[in-house]
Amino acid sequence: MKKGYLKEGNYFWSGDIAAAEGAIAAGCRFYAGYPITPSSEIAERMALRLPQLGGKFIEMEDEIGSIAAIIGASWTGERAMTATSGPGVSLMNENLGLAVMTEAPIVVVNAMRGAPSTGLPTLIGQGDLMQAHYGSQGSYELVTLYPSTIQETFDLMLHAFNFAEKYRVPVMYLIDGLLAHMYESIYVPPIEEIEKKIVHRKRPKEGQLPYEPDEDLVPPMPLIGEGRNIHATGLTHDERGYPDLTPQAQEKLVRRLNEKILKHERDIWIVEEYMTEDAETIVVSFGGEARAVKAGVDLARKEGIKAGMLRLITIWPFPWEYIKKYTADFVVAELNYGQMYHKVKEYAETPVHKLTKMGGEIHTPQEVLKKLREVSQ
Amino acid sequence: MRTEIKFGGLGGQGIITMGFILGNAAAIYEKKECVFTQDYSAEARGGASTSEIIISDEKIDYPHVLKADYLVLMSMSAYRDYVHKLKEDGVLVVDSDLVAPGAVEKRRIYGIPATKIAEDLGNPIVANIVMLGFFNGVTEILSNDSLIQAIKDRVPKKFWELNEKAFMEGYNYAKNNL
Repeated sequence: MKKGYLKEGNYFWSGDIAAAEGAIAAGCRFYAGYPITPSSEIAERMALRLPQLGGKFIEMEDEIGSIAAIIGASWTGERAMTATSGPGVSLMNENLGLAVMTEAPIVVVNAMRGAPSTGLPTLIGQGDLMQAHYGSQGSYELVTLYPSTIQETFDLMLHAFNFAEKYRVPVMYLIDGLLAHMYESIYVPPIEEIEKKIVHRKRPKEGQLPYEPDEDLVPPMPLIGEGRNIHATGLTHDERGYPDLTPQAQEKLVRRLNEKILKHERDIWIVEEYMTEDAETIVVSFGGEARAVKAGVDLARKEGIKAGMLRLITIWPFPWEYIKKYTADFVVAELNYGQMYHKVKEYAETPVHKLTKMGGEIHTPQEVLKKLREVSQ
Repeated sequence: MRTEIKFGGLGGQGIITMGFILGNAAAIYEKKECVFTQDYSAEARGGASTSEIIISDEKIDYPHVLKADYLVLMSMSAYRDYVHKLKEDGVLVVDSDLVAPGAVEKRRIYGIPATKIAEDLGNPIVANIVMLGFFNGVTEILSNDSLIQAIKDRVPKKFWELNEKAFMEGYNYAKNNL
């Protein structure tokens, strides 16, 4: 076993620890961040672990610098990550756009807490779902993943880094105040087995320009320091990377930045369908909240209510096909004033109901049951 | 089977540590499904502090205590805040010098002067470990070996002996007095 690698076996970890170890297992060796509750233990773990593995941990002056540092690291070929919470994402959003525009593969963890503003620092919120996609200026697509258990928080990191590298895109990795600080039993497989599944970014062919896409619309990525001429700019640019401030260049570039994700959305979608087959009411949920929903659906089934759950693990690009394929009524359970509700409504041809709570705690299974009784009457 | 345990007390009493040790023991040394959650106020000491443990043979969905099978309390304010969370036939375990339970009908109440015993052992900091030993003496929820291993995972080596002694004091108090 290589130096610093974890032993296969059972662990008792928080979501923060699982996110850090999942990233490490997925090949992350560069972390730059600025601590904020409830994500700070990710930085703490990375500060301990990365040096053991020959990686780099940098505590930056703020969140703006943190994301800038990982974009730079990514351009040298590193699998790079930062972690923060909603207030930190607000600061990172400008450079998140830079990562989109320069097509830099990075992973940004957001441990969502009660919001707006400083909100509820230690408690769960799910108010940053729209922010994850629409935080920075302009029309763009990125990938957003959101696990529900500590095991999944570890496992899903591999997908986060693989999507980032495969599509040259920032991945927003959502967890929440519940998952961040909750400890749960988890099994870690041999790290070498995870490493076998690592997807490496495509490298350019001889003479291929730095932003010249292949047929999949993704341009292979040249690296800073390997001898090619590289220009990475937030300005609209041509395939060489040189600024081209024309409507034609804008049309071509922004269209491709969106389409390179939308074209592959089915590859990116991960959705859990729980008892949905014969369901007359389907609760759409995600993250920590989905744990209450699953328990609520089980209670409803015991009463003979045909309930099911769609758990969105991929939040963006929105897995709309999973909504379209069902003719059941929908309930969208989320810890905000209604965000994914609007996305579900966009695709559902049946009634869509809200089950919201502003944050601080997840629903109880009884609250979910009550809603299911109401809707199924 | 799903077992729900809630610990409550004041910041500084080791309420969260107690929960973490129990969870770690169940997850690592007894290979059970286990979820541990914590909640505390902003004060470093003296504020409210609580932790919750769910132990099950199956995957755990809802991670919080709905109705506690066991409530372990080390302050009067925790008693006031959480006694309603106890199941009808649940078990209440208290530090008897710090908590004076009212009439909790039908429910079994077990008390130990844990803080006093810890002081007699030379360090009040291990009151939570005395409490944990007593709790296990009452409930036999895990093996003593698993819990002592989990304590060692958590505390520095030079305090292993003191903690093990504290744990066994609590455990034996249950065996000798109940």
